[in-house]
Amino acid sequence: MKEILSLISVWILPAIILIILICAIIKKVPAYEAFTEGAKEGFWISVKIIPYLVAIMTAVAMLRASGVIDWLSEILRTPLEFLKIPADVLPLMLTRSLSGGATLGIFSDIVNSNGPDSYAAKLAAVITGSSETTFYVLSVYFGAIGIKKFRHAVLVGILADITGIIAAIFICRWMFG
Amino acid sequence: MNYIWCSLIIISIIFGAINGKLQDVVNAMLLSAQNAVTIAISMIGIMAFWLGMVKIAQKSGLVEWFAKITAPILRLIFNELPKNSPAFSNIALNFSANALGLINAATPFGIKAMQDLKEEAIKNGENKDAASNSMCIFLGMNTAGFQLIPASVIAILLSAKAKNPTDIILPALIVTSIAFISAIIIAKILAPFFYDKPKTNNGDKP
Repeated sequence: MKEILSLISVWILPAIILIILICAIIKKVPAYEAFTEGAKEGFWISVKIIPYLVAIMTAVAMLRASGVIDWLSEILRTPLEFLKIPADVLPLMLTRSLSGGATLGIFSDIVNSNGPDSYAAKLAAVITGSSETTFYVLSVYFGAIGIKKFRHAVLVGILADITGIIAAIFICRWMFG
Repeated sequence: MNYIWCSLIIISIIFGAINGKLQDVVNAMLLSAQNAVTIAISMIGIMAFWLGMVKIAQKSGLVEWFAKITAPILRLIFNELPKNSPAFSNIALNFSANALGLINAATPFGIKAMQDLKEEAIKNGENKDAASNSMCIFLGMNTAGFQLIPASVIAILLSAKAKNPTDIILPALIVTSIAFISAIIIAKILAPFFYDKPKTNNGDKP
């Protein structure tokens, strides 16, 4: 199983590239010209994202630095322990949607302080591994196409994250508890 | 988004002041503004590469063909798109790349898909500054981050000498599937409550 998985992960990118190029040769597409034409777009898209990324990443970083998340974790500690959720995992839950790098940092801390085989580490691993950084995805994708009115997108992202966290708590208690 | 963004920053400053961490907040602001640009700039290369590849695939008809085979499934989710929309192909590519953990490839495909969705929205006469229903569904699919194997998490567990670092794969897969499906359902439920009048073309100021 492990060998097959690693074989697939090594081959998937080269396979996609091979298929694209072989098709291009069969269909007699000027591949080099097409590539450079497409690549040019890549530059402008990356540049277009910058203002959106700056807006959202600064807001998130400021929030984390202000200590609000620690304060919330402290308040929610007792009710969570009552529900048998390790309080160490709470900052991770609150950070998951905001910052990917910070989440991995908190996850490493939990693994180091609780041990990699602890329940807290497993729950943290499942939460970290089962979600994306909502605010980052939001700024990159909508920034690239110049969307300014997000409508319900933010709410969808956050509610899906909350659903995922609740699911993680139940499934981890069932499997590892 | 206006309110969320403003309140994030206002809360940070007020709380930072109360906690005596105002200097940290300011430093975080300066540093992350710089980081955001670094991330975007470092994305240029990989973005250019994959968008170049996508362009070749487009010209050879591969994209169209892939859209045709994936459309029957995706049409159930994106029922507002026309049957032969090119968006289907890029949505499918983005989903496959995400599932395999190829974030570098997934983002350019996803942005391509968003561009297609925007074209469909403009064709429909929707506001070009506002997210369409399909865009919100697609964004939800991406924020839920469907992934078969969470490689970075396993790597951290492995380096901490966990006894069985791979035993989180199954629960993570179940959880990510639940989040993924609920994102689509939530997006569909919320859409009518966030109806956007097509006339206001200014958009809101960031």
